[in-house]
Amino acid sequence: MNKDWPLWEVFIRSKSGLDHRHCGSLHAADAKMAIENARDVYTRRQEGVSIWVVPSSQITASDPEASGELFEPALDKVYRHPTFYDLPDALKHM
Amino acid sequence: MNYQYLLLLADNPLILGHRLSELCGHGPTLETDIALTNIALDLFGQVRNYCQYAAELHGEGKTEDQVAFLRYEHEYRNVLLTEQPNHDFAWVIGRQYLFDAYHLPLLTQLSDSKDSRLAGIAMKSIKEVRYHHRFSSEWVKRLGGGTEESHQRMQAAMDQLWSYTGELFLETEDEKAMKEAGVGADYGKMRPHFDADVQQVFHEAGLVIPEGPWHRTIGKNGVHSENLGYILADLQYMQRTYPNMEW
Repeated sequence: MNKDWPLWEVFIRSKSGLDHRHCGSLHAADAKMAIENARDVYTRRQEGVSIWVVPSSQITASDPEASGELFEPALDKVYRHPTFYDLPDALKHM
Repeated sequence: MNYQYLLLLADNPLILGHRLSELCGHGPTLETDIALTNIALDLFGQVRNYCQYAAELHGEGKTEDQVAFLRYEHEYRNVLLTEQPNHDFAWVIGRQYLFDAYHLPLLTQLSDSKDSRLAGIAMKSIKEVRYHHRFSSEWVKRLGGGTEESHQRMQAAMDQLWSYTGELFLETEDEKAMKEAGVGADYGKMRPHFDADVQQVFHEAGLVIPEGPWHRTIGKNGVHSENLGYILADLQYMQRTYPNMEW
């Protein structure tokens, strides 16, 4: 038997209408316990209105070693940002 | 409202909360440590509500701290269940669950109290206690249905703790008077909820509900086990050493 509980990633929605955001991880024996632990560990100061938990083992992450080929090519391609348009004055918050 | 009745309500969460606070930093895992500490803090919040009410009722400049901390052992009205020590995690969970199974129907009844201030305190507390009950009953089931050792420890804890549940429903003079005034709880109506709850949770946990006999010593009347003396030595230290200190 594995004596260590598996790791879970915790996502909290801070207000209705907002996205769930990753806030940390914790150990729990199963999903039900993970929700309860997340409630105690991450929402005791009114941080949230909804919780998601995902087994950490189910997350596939990009390889930090590959960040060169994955992300750097975007650095010098400013034309991909929609910043070259003339906006009407009425639009304040673009 | 009867002053002694408020003490009866305040002292159970006070002493149980103190027992839980002893585990702060010592919980079996970080997550359960925080959960138990959260429960202790919820309970202390409830204690403050009762003690503030009691202090106002008493008058003569009495403060909530004096109500909570400056009484002699025989003046504390908590049930013996809440002063039981933290032998192991199964004891902590068993003690918590048995108290929650009592606390939940108690607050449900007090929410309909004719005393509107008491009803307000109960309505505020009941959401917290619903979560306590959820936490403790889940753990009773997990330990009861877990490994051979966790099952054996959970059953052993319940075998010991069960004898203290009789006292929960023994009515004192003050409780009788408050019940008849429509202010306090009616144990006759609460008992079936407690029994049904215990039957379901023990069944799901694969545990056997122990037989009597029930203890006849009554913490509610101020007759305590030696445990309370040690608790009070800790609990009262600051107020005895630095009288009227404020946090």
